Amino acid sequence: MTGIQARFHLVRSGFSLDVDLELPGRGVTALFGASGSGKTTLLRLIAGLERAPGGQLRVNGDTWQSGGDFLPTHRRPLGYVFQEANLFPHLTVRRNLQFGLKRVAAPTRRVSLDQAIELLGIGHLLERKPDRLSGGERQRVGMARALAVSPRILLMDEPLSALDLARKQEILPYLERLHDELDIPILYVSHAPDEVARLADHIVVMDAGRVVAAGPITDTLARLDLPIRLGEDAGVVLDAVVEERDPAWHLARVAFPGGSVWVRDGGHAVGHHVRVRILARDVSLALTRHSGTSILNTLPAAVAEIADDAHPALALVRLNVGGSPLVARLTRRSAQTLALAPGQLVYAQIKAVALVG
Amino acid sequence: MLESTDLAAVWLTLKLAGVTTSLLLVLGTPIAWWLARTRSWWKGPVGALVALPIVLPPTVIGFYLLVALGPNGPGGQLTQALGLGLLPFTFAGLVVASVFYSLPFVVQPLQNAFEAMGDKPLEAAATLRASPLDAFFSVVLPLARPGYLTATVLGFAHTVGEFGVVLMIGGNIPNETRVVSVQIYDHVEAMEYAQAHGLAAGMVVFSFLVLLVLYTLNPTGRRK
Repeated sequence: MTGIQARFHLVRSGFSLDVDLELPGRGVTALFGASGSGKTTLLRLIAGLERAPGGQLRVNGDTWQSGGDFLPTHRRPLGYVFQEANLFPHLTVRRNLQFGLKRVAAPTRRVSLDQAIELLGIGHLLERKPDRLSGGERQRVGMARALAVSPRILLMDEPLSALDLARKQEILPYLERLHDELDIPILYVSHAPDEVARLADHIVVMDAGRVVAAGPITDTLARLDLPIRLGEDAGVVLDAVVEERDPAWHLARVAFPGGSVWVRDGGHAVGHHVRVRILARDVSLALTRHSGTSILNTLPAAVAEIADDAHPALALVRLNVGGSPLVARLTRRSAQTLALAPGQLVYAQIKAVALVG
Repeated sequence: MLESTDLAAVWLTLKLAGVTTSLLLVLGTPIAWWLARTRSWWKGPVGALVALPIVLPPTVIGFYLLVALGPNGPGGQLTQALGLGLLPFTFAGLVVASVFYSLPFVVQPLQNAFEAMGDKPLEAAATLRASPLDAFFSVVLPLARPGYLTATVLGFAHTVGEFGVVLMIGGNIPNETRVVSVQIYDHVEAMEYAQAHGLAAGMVVFSFLVLLVLYTLNPTGRRK
């Protein structure tokens, strides 16, 4: 039996956590929510760094916590990436990496030191002490160190939150490599919608210590009834394949079930799997197909659902594009002018599509 | 300038301080660890008890130890039952007294070092398969090294400097309990100022060097 079954109830002063979750045993699952929503606490409970008496936890068929049984953290086959790397300051990068590696029995090693070093691109840093590393380098070493114990699950606690935008851009490609090349489930705690859109296959949305939504990222992000407001980040994420490339205009056409869109050519070969993110604010609706517009992508769609957005002037419209979801944000006045109703056929005009990996 | 009795006193003092400091590092580590990590109600009372020698007159400590380790005291009965005889006016008795007397000077630097470290290194070690004991030796001890240096130097120096406790429980027995501070007192009593100067100046130089080492190797505040 694969996957993670977790049931925790924890009461602290001013905070309570109550979750009963089943998480997939593969891919990246984002634990997403505002600070104080309990996502980091949940991750720490799964790691055994925090204890919730009476909790239940099974990971890939192994019981880590049940009744009075509690497997201590050092006996759980996990890798943990801390928010601020948390490297041992008294050890060089190499010795930091070896720390966990040499405590893993040789027969259970599946990741070699060289692999971890190569995967995170830290070969040139090995003899340095952590205080001689930049924030982004520290975080990459922290990830390599977690991988070097050949974990059967990787837990990451907001690994990018302490970094500036440039450092984030430096790390994200490595995270995507982990996603693509590792055959282990990753739990990724984040409060940043762009990171989640880029990395996650599944998402667990948390609010005030409770799980308010969970499921595959495409379906879950397209829900209009999410109790947390994403604001400017509302939108969908679609898995797509590069179908053709137009070198004259540096554009590529990527297809998803039910449609395709032109995006800036990201250099991916035809047939390559990519992920696109379309924000609700970048989608407008028309009843007829317009000509004479700068909009490159117009897709026929059916209105599936209309809901109020956070601001009273705005509405969110979920569309069905041949099976794939799309969310548009418009003013409620426009929605009334167009007399939008579920089932109605419209044209979705997409102003911007982001290729996110 | 130093007589053989002076040299004997110097040697005895160094031996006492060495043995006491070694014992204190072993005993002080679990106490400091517990004080740094516990959330128990007992933290306050135990911490205050450990710190008592800082404020109590040494004669008070010496007096109570004399009573406790004497033939009718609980400590004395225990040592007699164990076949160790009585500790007052022996080197072993001095060691026991010095351990109590210098305890806070070892425990407090260690406790500060453990507290400053926080939970994070231990959590990292646990996620890297290190058991708590393993993590203590592989992570906590190396990270607490400045604390251990301070504790060693302060524990040693404070033991070298004790006088009141020694007089109360050790008396003045050559090669057994007559340490440098007592020897200086004897010289002054006997108006042997030259000899007193020799030892006293030695103590000043020693103390200065010890503190110099401490402040050079362990700069507080600004990082190198």
